[in-house]
Amino acid sequence: MQNGHIFTFAGQAMIARPSGALFWPAEELLVVSDLHLGKSERISRRGGALLPPYEVQDTLTRLEADIAATLPRAVICLGDSFDDMVAVTALDPDHANWIANLTAGRDWTWVTGNHDPAPTGLGGHAADVVTCGPVTFRHIAIDGTSPEISGHYHPKARLRVRGHAVSRPCFLRDDMRLILPAYGTYTGGMRTSDRALGQLMAANARAILAGLPMVEIPMPR
Amino acid sequence: MLARADAPSLLLIAPTGGGKTLAGFLPTLIELADGTHEGLHTLYVSPLKALANDIKRNLRTPIEEAGFPIRVEDRTGDTPQTQRKRQRADPPHILLTTPESLALMISYPDAGRTFKGLKRIIVDEIHALADSKRGDQLMLCLSRLQTLAPGLRRIGLSATVDDPAVIAHYLARHPDPCPILHADPGPPPDIAILPTTDAPPWAGAGGRYAIPDVLAEVRKHNTTLIFHNTRAQAEIFFHNLWLANDDDLPIGIHHGALSKEARIRVEQAMVEGTLKAIVATGSLDLGIDWGDVDLVIQIGAPKKVKNLVQRIGRANHRYNSPSKARLVPANRFEVVECIAALDAVRDRTLDGDLRLDGPLDVLSQHIACVACAGDFSEDALYTEVRSVGPYSTLTRATFDDCVNFVATGGYALRAYDRYQRLKEREPGVWGLRDPRAARQIRMNLGTIIDTDTLKVRYRGRGGAPLGEIEEGFAATLSKNDTFLMGGQVVRFEGLRELIVEVSPNPNREPRIATFMGYKWSTSVHLADRIQRILHSGDFSAFPDHTREWLDLQIARSQMPQPGRLLVETFPRDGRHHICLYGFCGRNANQTLALLVTKGMEEAGLEPLGFVATDYAVLIWGLKPVPDVAPFLHNDGVHAALESWLKGNAVMKRAFRNAAIIAGLIDRNFPGKRSSGRQATFSSDILYDTLHRYDPDHLMLRITEEEAMRGHIDFGRVELLLETVGDRIDQIALDRVSPLAAPLFLEMGKVPIKGRAESRLIQEEAARLMSDAGLSPD
Repeated sequence: MQNGHIFTFAGQAMIARPSGALFWPAEELLVVSDLHLGKSERISRRGGALLPPYEVQDTLTRLEADIAATLPRAVICLGDSFDDMVAVTALDPDHANWIANLTAGRDWTWVTGNHDPAPTGLGGHAADVVTCGPVTFRHIAIDGTSPEISGHYHPKARLRVRGHAVSRPCFLRDDMRLILPAYGTYTGGMRTSDRALGQLMAANARAILAGLPMVEIPMPR
Repeated sequence: MLARADAPSLLLIAPTGGGKTLAGFLPTLIELADGTHEGLHTLYVSPLKALANDIKRNLRTPIEEAGFPIRVEDRTGDTPQTQRKRQRADPPHILLTTPESLALMISYPDAGRTFKGLKRIIVDEIHALADSKRGDQLMLCLSRLQTLAPGLRRIGLSATVDDPAVIAHYLARHPDPCPILHADPGPPPDIAILPTTDAPPWAGAGGRYAIPDVLAEVRKHNTTLIFHNTRAQAEIFFHNLWLANDDDLPIGIHHGALSKEARIRVEQAMVEGTLKAIVATGSLDLGIDWGDVDLVIQIGAPKKVKNLVQRIGRANHRYNSPSKARLVPANRFEVVECIAALDAVRDRTLDGDLRLDGPLDVLSQHIACVACAGDFSEDALYTEVRSVGPYSTLTRATFDDCVNFVATGGYALRAYDRYQRLKEREPGVWGLRDPRAARQIRMNLGTIIDTDTLKVRYRGRGGAPLGEIEEGFAATLSKNDTFLMGGQVVRFEGLRELIVEVSPNPNREPRIATFMGYKWSTSVHLADRIQRILHSGDFSAFPDHTREWLDLQIARSQMPQPGRLLVETFPRDGRHHICLYGFCGRNANQTLALLVTKGMEEAGLEPLGFVATDYAVLIWGLKPVPDVAPFLHNDGVHAALESWLKGNAVMKRAFRNAAIIAGLIDRNFPGKRSSGRQATFSSDILYDTLHRYDPDHLMLRITEEEAMRGHIDFGRVELLLETVGDRIDQIALDRVSPLAAPLFLEMGKVPIKGRAESRLIQEEAARLMSDAGLSPD
């Protein structure tokens, strides 16, 4: 459980990791969503607060740790990897090199998101949609009938424990959909009780809470 | 008063009801009487909007009667935008305002013109401001005004305080002298505990048991003010009062979470004298002069002697007759607290805890505020800030850190050179890089941090606004849940665009609205008195029920002893409880709990949480703790806490408040957040990130300072542990002791994020899955 919660999706064994990353052992595939790199830079650029400028470093440090732990053949970043396109060019050169080193020697895909629609030029390649075996990967879930893995919503779930509530980013899954939590350090969340998620997910949907201990619960509505 | 009218600063100390506010205006009225002064002459600042309103009424009457050509206006958060704009261009002779509104006025580029001819500033209720960040902000604003209008003279009006010199230092431009005038304190008040038919409950905070006796008093008096310490308690009491109000006495409710309309209605009815009683909180307890109040009833222990003195003063607002007040302790422990407070009022001793040094989050906000008005020289601003009492010892290095923080974020990693908030235009002269940033800075001005609230309205088009509830409480509501709002029971219908929609539902038992309001902790002085009373073993002054309760404590357990620490352990509800009677104030008791639970976690004793009051702290967990002493060693406590505290919820709360005030994060404005996915993220993430990558950052220094003297109150913990040494009396009981019982109803429980919580999360998840018929895959 320290290394993740194992479950079956589309007939395949998958591991939800405490960090919010997904690992598919049979394909040696690591999936992360909504890194939102460059968020503090974008906020300052738009005249907002000057937040601690360390979130790229923190997000990449965690990603590097997940890669070191799972040694993936392929990596998919499920969209909104950058907070916007300007954030890509504004990236600190050290961080750009760091990303290039991570992508080197791996089949690395940047799925386009609503924040970063164009390819990024940091190693790897861009795509709107990726398929792998029976599974389709895209940024935003669509009303589909085949197994699909997506991000975008930043789901988080609340669990009441003896008088107080624990709120954590979570994976959501039903028979056809798997939605990943936001991986980036500077990201908030949308409660699973939100109507958008309620309409999207089937009645038997479950939430896997990221962080430790990892537990699975019926998706709180 | 008039003899000293030319002093650069003057402090007038008079008991409430002494007419001191009007006295403060005397020099102004005389100077303005001939009609030759152009523009703003006197600025009056009070901590409450309602007070500014009230003074306007009281001031206009004598001005009109005397036929003086003097224009008086007020300017608060309630003043319409168009009027505010006009007031800056064409200010009245006398402007009545609040610290926040003043800060806003100073942030405009035309501030120099607005305040050019200003002669006097009157700070009312300065004793209430002097131990708060609002006061620190106000004094910084005064230093700005002094620069804009060099001849400015300051008058401070204060209720009785224990150390007037401290207030004088706070008020005056440093190092100007500040003469102090004392008015006659008047006859001693008529105060006592209200005799009740039923005894106060073992625990609880609402005072519901006393409702028949309170109603009887209301009937006997012209107008009664019934004070509560929190809004939630005021709501519940008001509701129950109405249920018992068989003769339909006109009774209203007034507190800060009610809509403006609702508050104004009650204020109006009070002025007209049509109300027999008003249930109120702190929103009414400063010098407002309304109606013919001849009795004040305080429900719940007053926590600070000065609160009690203030509230007593609301009754019989005439100088030469005693004020009449009755106290209703909400539970039996509060009987002890009330008796201690009554003794203190009779002895005319006061609390004696004032904070002196100015906090840096407030200074950072002030620097940003000054920059909104135009470029500033850092040398000149430093000199100006040093003239403020609480900042008179500020070092240049610390000041520079604050300027750097406002300008660049102050990070070790200089990431924002392109997007700095302030630019150094020429050496030592700073200004806003982008003038549009001023808008955001202005929106975040102020030092009051509210918990996030949501507006409550009746469902249906144009539903009437009722007030606000805490977002955390709103999140717990399901359809058809009922709660109290403005004394009415309403049913939750749903959330629409961040508005809580409700329908009236008078026939059901309400759940309770959990607005925290402001929670006082018992002052050091009162806590000492309480401890002395308990130690004395002489309970003859007490009502029978409380004497019996204290005797029961002696029979079942024992009384806390001076110089020793009493620790009780007992099982309850399937958990093991430890109660430590530290008597060192809520914050220090909380720190004591952090210390003990840290030791427990390390020893595998699975603590779950704790709750602290001013006299004790209650810890619960999954395993018994046979000996608490090893967790209370003073050696190495500081180092251990240092490293461990940094990760806990108390520090994160302190960080959030300081970060909002300093301008690192925006306030949340109800109704302005995006209703879909939250683009915002928790301030806890910022805290953790800073702590990991930039541990020497100014915000963390501010947080630590705040926490050490406020939230953590480390000094008192060290003192306690030193005094107690190994004199710890641990008693194992088979059930909750009489003294510990009230702790179970305290608000503000702090969870421990440790092994025990992990275990419970797993158990709860398993239960939910099996209830839902889902297999764990």
